[in-house]
Amino acid sequence: MSDATDATTASQAPTPDDGLRIADAEARADAGPVLAADGTPLKRSLSRALRMQKMRALMLIAPLLIFVLVTFIAPIADMLFRSVENQIVSETLPETVMALEDWDEHDAEIPGPDTFTALYIDLYLASERKLHTRLGTRLNYEQTGISSLFRKTGRRVKRFATDDYTKQFVALDPEWENPAVWVAMFEQDDLRKALPLTARTWDRWSDFLIEEEGDDPAKEKPEDILFTALYHDLTTGDQSAFTEGRLARADAAVEAFERVDLKAEFLDADKDWASLPVWQTLKIYSPEYTDGYFLNAVDMQKGLDGPEMRPESQQIYFTLLKRTLFMSLMITGSCILLGYPVAWLLANLPARTANLLMILVLLPFWTSLLVRTSAWKVMLQQQGVINDVLVWLGVVDNADRLIMINNQFGTIVAMTHILLPFMILPLYSVMQTIPPTYLRAAKSLGATNWTAFWRVYFPQSVPGIGAGSILVFILAIGYYITPEIVGGTTGTFISNRIAYHISSSLNWGLAAALGSILLAAVLLLYWAYDRIVGIDNVKLGG
Amino acid sequence: MKLTTALLASGALAVSTAAAFAEAHMKMANEMTIVSWGGAYQKSQLKAYVEPYLEANPDVKVIWDESSAEAVAKLRAMNEAGNVTWDVVDVVASDGIRLCDEGLAAEIDPEVDLAKGDDGSSAEDDFGDLLVSECFIPQIVYSTTFGYRTDKVGDTPPADICAIFDTETYPGKRALEKRPINNMEWALLCDGVAKDEVYDVLATEEGQEKALAKLGTIKDDVIWWSAGADTPQLLADGEIVMGSTYNGRLFSVIEEQKQPVGMLWDAQVFDLDGWIVPTGLTDERKARAMHFIKFATDTQRLADQAKYISYGPARASSAPLVGQHADLGIDMAPHMPTDPANAKNTFLYNYEFWADYRDDIDAKFQAWLAQ
Repeated sequence: MSDATDATTASQAPTPDDGLRIADAEARADAGPVLAADGTPLKRSLSRALRMQKMRALMLIAPLLIFVLVTFIAPIADMLFRSVENQIVSETLPETVMALEDWDEHDAEIPGPDTFTALYIDLYLASERKLHTRLGTRLNYEQTGISSLFRKTGRRVKRFATDDYTKQFVALDPEWENPAVWVAMFEQDDLRKALPLTARTWDRWSDFLIEEEGDDPAKEKPEDILFTALYHDLTTGDQSAFTEGRLARADAAVEAFERVDLKAEFLDADKDWASLPVWQTLKIYSPEYTDGYFLNAVDMQKGLDGPEMRPESQQIYFTLLKRTLFMSLMITGSCILLGYPVAWLLANLPARTANLLMILVLLPFWTSLLVRTSAWKVMLQQQGVINDVLVWLGVVDNADRLIMINNQFGTIVAMTHILLPFMILPLYSVMQTIPPTYLRAAKSLGATNWTAFWRVYFPQSVPGIGAGSILVFILAIGYYITPEIVGGTTGTFISNRIAYHISSSLNWGLAAALGSILLAAVLLLYWAYDRIVGIDNVKLGG
Repeated sequence: MKLTTALLASGALAVSTAAAFAEAHMKMANEMTIVSWGGAYQKSQLKAYVEPYLEANPDVKVIWDESSAEAVAKLRAMNEAGNVTWDVVDVVASDGIRLCDEGLAAEIDPEVDLAKGDDGSSAEDDFGDLLVSECFIPQIVYSTTFGYRTDKVGDTPPADICAIFDTETYPGKRALEKRPINNMEWALLCDGVAKDEVYDVLATEEGQEKALAKLGTIKDDVIWWSAGADTPQLLADGEIVMGSTYNGRLFSVIEEQKQPVGMLWDAQVFDLDGWIVPTGLTDERKARAMHFIKFATDTQRLADQAKYISYGPARASSAPLVGQHADLGIDMAPHMPTDPANAKNTFLYNYEFWADYRDDIDAKFQAWLAQ
C-alpha cells in the first residue's frame, strides 16, 4: 500500500514543497535571490503557495473539525466545568456571602443581625426573581431540609415587618416615597460611598425592574428592602458626609427608630434558621468554585475541617466504580474467549460458509439493543426458557430454580452478547491478513499444532485482540441500559447513578464529577495500555 | 330614563362584544407539542382530551412526545439552551413542584385559567387540596399499590400491606420500586409505627435505619423495578408472587389481559399527575397551551378519561360522571383508587417531606442496595 502511494507522488508534477527545496538549494548555490516570474523572491512566492495549500487542506477538514469541536469537545469541556462550578450561591445571595466572610464556621453561635439583614435583602430579591427555590434545591444536596427552608421563607419574606422602617422614614419626610428622590440620590458618587448597602440594593432592585418587569425604577414605589438597607447604613456607617437635607435629618432621627428584629422574623418563618449546620453549609458552599462535587463522587464531603469521609451508610460511588471496572474487564475477557474461535473460523473457513457465519454474527448487531436485552430476560429469568429446560431435563429441581438475572451474572451474559461483534470484527480483519502458509511452515519444521498456534499464529493476532478489547472495554464501562434492565442491585454500573443524577435528582454537578472521574479512569487505562502493549500494536484491519 | 337604559345597554353590549372580539382574535399558535408518558395513558388522553379538542379547533396540529419520565431534566436543558420546544407537559406532582421551584413552569391562576366545575363550584374548590403547586394543574389521582398472583396465595389472599414482609405465608419473590419513596413508609408501617407518625420517624437517622432494617428482612426476596411495566410483566410470567406498581397497570393486567392477579389496596399511596406549561414560550404558544388546558381539565373531559384507564379524575365534580370502560363495558367506579371500598387505608405522597429528604435518603437507600 505504502509503495503505491510513493509511486503516485513521484509521478505527479512537482509540488510547491519540492519547489521550495529546489529554491533553497539554488539560493545556497548562488548568493542572489531567485525571483519568480512576477518579480517577488521565489522563496516567498513558494511559501505563499504552500500556505494556500495548507489553508485548502484545513478548509477541507473544517466541517469535520467544527463538528467534533461543537458536538464532542465543547460538551466535555462544559461537563468538566459544571463539576466545579458553584456560582449559584454567590449570585443569588451576594450580600449574605459577603456578610458571612466575617463569620467563622467553627463558631458555636449562628451569625449576627447584620447577616440576617443581608439575607433578608438577598432572599427578597431572589424570591422576586424566583431564584430562591433553585438555590434551595442546590444546597439541599449538601444539607437535608434546605429546600423547604428556602421555599417556606421565600413565601414569607415579603410579609416581614420591615414596612415599619418604611413607615418611619415616610413619617419623617413623605418625599422618601417618591422614587425620583432615590434615583437622584444614587447618581451622586459620594452618597453611593456613604450608603454602600443601600446603593447595591438599589442597583439590584432597579436591574430587576428593568430586566424582568420592564418597569421604570423612577416610577415604582420604593420597596421595604430599600428602607431596611438605608436604616442599616445610617445606623452602622460613617455619615459625616450628610450635613444638611433629607439624609441628614434621617441620620439624626434614625437612632430613635424602632428596630425590626429580622432574626426573629426569619426564625418565625422557619426555626431551621437557628440551626448551625444550615449556616455552616451556606458558608462552606459560598465560593464560586467548589471541589464538593468531586468529593461527593469519591464518597467524601466537605466538613468543617476540610474533606472528610461520608458516613458509612452513604458510601456508594467507590464501590460502584470498582464494580464497573471489574465487570467491564470480565465482559472484555469473556468477549475474547468467545470471540476468538469465531473470528478464527470466519477467517479460515471457505468463503461461502464464512459469509453465512458472518451474517449470524452481524444479525444480532442489527437488532435493537432493547430487544436483545429483553430477550435475555425471557431466557434467564426463573420462569424463563433456560430454567424450564433444565427443570424438564431434571437437572434442576422445580423448587429451586437458578437465579441468573437481576445480578452480576445476568449483566455479564447480556453485555457479552451485545458487545461480541465489536470483538469479532477487528479480530477477523486482523486474522484475515495472517498468511496460512506460516502455520504450515511451522508444522513442516516440526512444531505441534499447539506450538504452531501459540508461537506463530497467536502473536500475529494480538493487535486484533488489542483493538477489540479497547473497543469492548470502553463501550462497556459507559454502558447504562443493559445493566439497568438486567442488573438488579449487584449488577448496576456507575453510569446508572450518573443517569439518575442527570434525569432524576438533577444534581448535574455530581453527575459531571462522576463522568469526569470515569473519563479520567478510561484515559489512564488507555495510557497504561499504550505503555504496556503499545498503541501502534492495535489494528482494526489490513 | 329609557334613554339612559338604552345607552347603558348598548355600552355594555359594546364592551362585551369588544371582549368577545379580543378573545376570538387573540393570536394563538396553531401547533402544539404535548408531552406525556406514552402507552395506554397517553392513549386515554388522546381519546378524552385531544380528539375532542381538535374537533372543535380543526386548524390546530398536535405533536406528541413521550418524554414525561425525563421531563424535568429535558426542560432544564431546553431552558439553558434558550429553546423550549414543548407547550404542554404531563408530569407527576413532585416533578411539577420541582419545575415550579426551578422556575421552569409557569404559574397558573385557577380562577382565571381553569374552567368552573359543572356543578357551579369554582375551580379552586373543585380541585381542592389537589392544587399542590402554583404551576401544576392536576388531571388524575393514581395510586401505587400491590398486585398478587391469585393462584400462588392459597386460600388466604393478602388483605394487609404487611403481607409483603410475610415470606412464610406468601413465599416467593416480591417486586418493589428501586427507590426509597413508598417503600420506606410501608416498611415503617409494618414495623409498628403509627400511620400519622411515619414521616416524623422517617425524618430521623434511627427511623431511616429502622426502615432499611425492615426492608432488609426481605432483601433477598425482592426484584427491584424501575419501569412501571416491569411488575405487570413479572406477575404475568409468574416470576413474583406480589409486586407494587401503578393501579392502572394492574387494572390492565387483570381486566384486559385476564391474568390471575388480584389487587391489594391496603396502604396504597395516592399521587397526582397533571399538566404544566413551561416558561419561556411566546405569547401565542402560551395562549394556545392555556386554551387547551382550560378545555382538557374541565369536568366532562376529566370524567371522560376514566372511560379508558382506571385513574380517578382530579375534580370532585367529575366523580359522579365516571361511567363504563369504553371497550370492556364494565363499571369503572369500583376500579378507581378513590372508590370508598378501595380507599379504606391510604397514604398521600408527602411532597414536602420528599423534596427535603429525597437526596439524603436516596443516597442511603442506594448504598444499602449495593451492599
